[in-house]
Amino acid sequence: MKFKKPLLMFCTLALVAMLAACGNKDEGSQGSTSGTNNDTAALSGSVLAVGSTALQPLVEQVAQKFMADPKYSKIQVQVQGGGSGTGLTQVAGGQAAIGNSDVFAEEKLKDADADKAKDLIDHQVAVVGIAAVTNPDVGVDSLTKQQLIDIFSGKVKNWKEVGGKDQAIVIVNRPASSGTRKTFEKYALGTSTEDIKGSIQEESSGTVKKIVAENPGAIGYLALSYLDDKVKTVKYDGVEATVDNVKSGDYPVWHMSICTRRASLNQKLKHSLITWLPMKYKKVT
Amino acid sequence: MKAMKEGHVQIERSRSGKFQKHHMEDLIGRSYTMLCVGLLILIIVSIIYFVASKGLATFIQDGVSLGDFLFGSKWDPEGSQGTPVFGVLPFIFGSFATSLLAALIASPLSICASLFMTEIVPSWGKKLLMPVIELLAGIPSVVYGFVGLTVVVPFLRDTFPGQGIGIAAGAIVLSIMILPTITSIATDALSALPRGLKESSFALGATRWQTISKVILPTVMPAVLTGVVLGMARAFGEALAVQMVIGNAPHIPRSLFESTSTLTSAITLDMGNTVMGSVHSNALWSMALALMFMTFVFVLIVRVLERRNRI
Amino acid sequence: MKAKTIDKIATTIIVVFSLLIVAVLVGLLAFILVRGLSHVNWSFLTSVPQTIKAGGGIGPQLFNSLFLLVLTLIITIPLGLGAGIYMAEYAKPGRFTDAVRLVVEVLSSFPSIVVGLFGLLLIVNTFGFGFSLFSGALVLTIFNLPLIVRITEQAFRSVPKEQKEAGLALGLSKWKIITSVLFPVAIPSIVTGTVLASGRVFGEAAALLFTAGMSTPRLDFSDWNPLSPTSPINPFRPAETLAVHIWKINSEGLAPDAAEIAAGASAVLVILVLIFNLFARWFGNVLYKALTASKRTG
Repeated sequence: MKFKKPLLMFCTLALVAMLAACGNKDEGSQGSTSGTNNDTAALSGSVLAVGSTALQPLVEQVAQKFMADPKYSKIQVQVQGGGSGTGLTQVAGGQAAIGNSDVFAEEKLKDADADKAKDLIDHQVAVVGIAAVTNPDVGVDSLTKQQLIDIFSGKVKNWKEVGGKDQAIVIVNRPASSGTRKTFEKYALGTSTEDIKGSIQEESSGTVKKIVAENPGAIGYLALSYLDDKVKTVKYDGVEATVDNVKSGDYPVWHMSICTRRASLNQKLKHSLITWLPMKYKKVT
Repeated sequence: MKAMKEGHVQIERSRSGKFQKHHMEDLIGRSYTMLCVGLLILIIVSIIYFVASKGLATFIQDGVSLGDFLFGSKWDPEGSQGTPVFGVLPFIFGSFATSLLAALIASPLSICASLFMTEIVPSWGKKLLMPVIELLAGIPSVVYGFVGLTVVVPFLRDTFPGQGIGIAAGAIVLSIMILPTITSIATDALSALPRGLKESSFALGATRWQTISKVILPTVMPAVLTGVVLGMARAFGEALAVQMVIGNAPHIPRSLFESTSTLTSAITLDMGNTVMGSVHSNALWSMALALMFMTFVFVLIVRVLERRNRI
Repeated sequence: MKAKTIDKIATTIIVVFSLLIVAVLVGLLAFILVRGLSHVNWSFLTSVPQTIKAGGGIGPQLFNSLFLLVLTLIITIPLGLGAGIYMAEYAKPGRFTDAVRLVVEVLSSFPSIVVGLFGLLLIVNTFGFGFSLFSGALVLTIFNLPLIVRITEQAFRSVPKEQKEAGLALGLSKWKIITSVLFPVAIPSIVTGTVLASGRVFGEAAALLFTAGMSTPRLDFSDWNPLSPTSPINPFRPAETLAVHIWKINSEGLAPDAAEIAAGASAVLVILVLIFNLFARWFGNVLYKALTASKRTG
């Protein structure tokens, strides 16, 4: 589990390649196609990427860079939110070219929809580290895996039981359908938890941060990009949640951000995609 | 067009030409307006059809029992402990609790405001309060939610035990949002009262409050209740503002200041994350169907009240 | 004597509660404006938003909100007027009219989230309009239509009977009376009501999240070809309105000044609603004076 390239660079490259590939398609995109695969300068049209609101700012940023490139200046990339489920629905239904989500397509499309997933290809475009955060006043610096399990399963109800001050714990969780919650439960807790009575659930990172920052005794979890002084980032088993620690493999709580596309869409541009997209990274844990 | 009409008239002049022209005009007007009404009906039929077809799939395709769905108090859509469980009682409870409490807070305020405008200072009361009411109606729900999260929640957290988030915070935000609905309907009813009613009460030597409480309020009560029910309907369906302050835990709360959830907030929270056609998504559609059903119930209550009002 | 004391107490309570409402509004407005206005300036109103850097504006969002309103009104007004005229002039009391009235009432109190989901299912996915201004406008039409129908019906009903009878006596057809006698008298109330109802279009977010989309493509304001994807007036491009933008940056904003932008955008939105309300009253009065010979009462 080693990352050789800087994360942002990796993510930018992968997306640029995907966008270039998708710019040439009819489904989920409008516009004319001209030129051949190798002649990317002649690409034009529009690409629609729909999905996770958490991933949206990132994809928007990449899309801006992509469109700023003179080679792709005729391609219009539209990035929409709506949630990872909506993204996958639209990719599977052909309304969008790319679906952004924080889980693999097969994990979302289960049971009756499993055959839909066969036609979809996942591209891992970014790594998102997730850190447990608390209100700055709880007086806890580091939590072990077991302590986190106890907190999120409701066994521990006061911060003094895990070395903090005498203050009731307020859990700020994500809804059951959230990919961030699934990641946190899988890699930080190792078990899925039930919704505790009295716990708060918020879908958006901004609201989670606001509530954790203002509510005494609150604990939640956020993607690393949202961390700042307003909330206290706690170490996980003594390891600090930093980009470097994620890269080195010391910090285990992270997930892949996924851009999903339809397999059948991309016959012509397979070549350019493979040369561009370093898809060697797989999660080995 | 005019030339055509004139031509038409000339041809038909021999017989009652004017009548023919009228007939044509009326036919066009009548069919156009009928068409618009038809479209209105088409819209509502298609909404009901699509929401129902999605919402009923939970029970038909996925085999969730209706009883477990409506009266189950455990909501575990992704099956954290094995099989998914869909009990939406906590959401139904949350929706009713917040909208009822909101109506309880807003109704006395609204009735006072409309009495102020019509009975206390009819000369300038309306000029002061009506713009205020209209502005309150115009403030977007996103802004209400944001203000609720930054002002109401911290205030409740500091004043009462608990996290500040919960039914109380939701009800306060909603009560301000439904205030305009109740006030404007109550004001309309009060201004429509026949003057004689009030004057005869005054002539009998009654004070203003005696007139208001014994004569005016009983007369306008059905209309005021209509306003309250319509306000509740709006509170019941409001999504974003409530979602920001209610906490969204799928449990029936132990106090007014404990995190809970409503039908709308659960839909806003989870719908984007679920893939259409999955059981979780279908369950959310069923909740939307329940919301729609409640809208019908509210409208029917309003109808009954209006009928009583007419008598 | 006792009755008089109770009367005084009751009056005081009514006045206090009424003033409380005024205080709540003043407090709300002050809170929104004081927090927001310091961030509002010309470049904030015109520049494009930034996802990660500070200093983003709300230019496209402001334009989208206004343009979406125009689109919605273009669709709604002809339909709403038609249905409203039917209800006021043609409908005969009976089961059908009752049913239509029920439809109007139900439509106007449908939860916006349900209508938004319906829009996502049918307009965005099934009809394939995608996340676009057009999809958004259709969904907003569902909200706006019952309001306009009701406004039109009331406006036509409040026209004095004598005017209609005078028209009939002149031998005019019913449709002619509607368009040239009743309509000019009704129009001021219709305009005032419509503009006030437009406030909802500005503030709506829940239904637009799923239909008009949560981002705006780069717009080229020199391109006025309605079919070009970068043209601001292309109705089939996605568009994020001001209310949706506030929701988005409150929830996932990464920019360091996200909170200030949200506050600034809220202030702009509230000011727009304020301007709309004032404009509605003024314009209604002007129209009334222009179209009729008398002064407006009440």
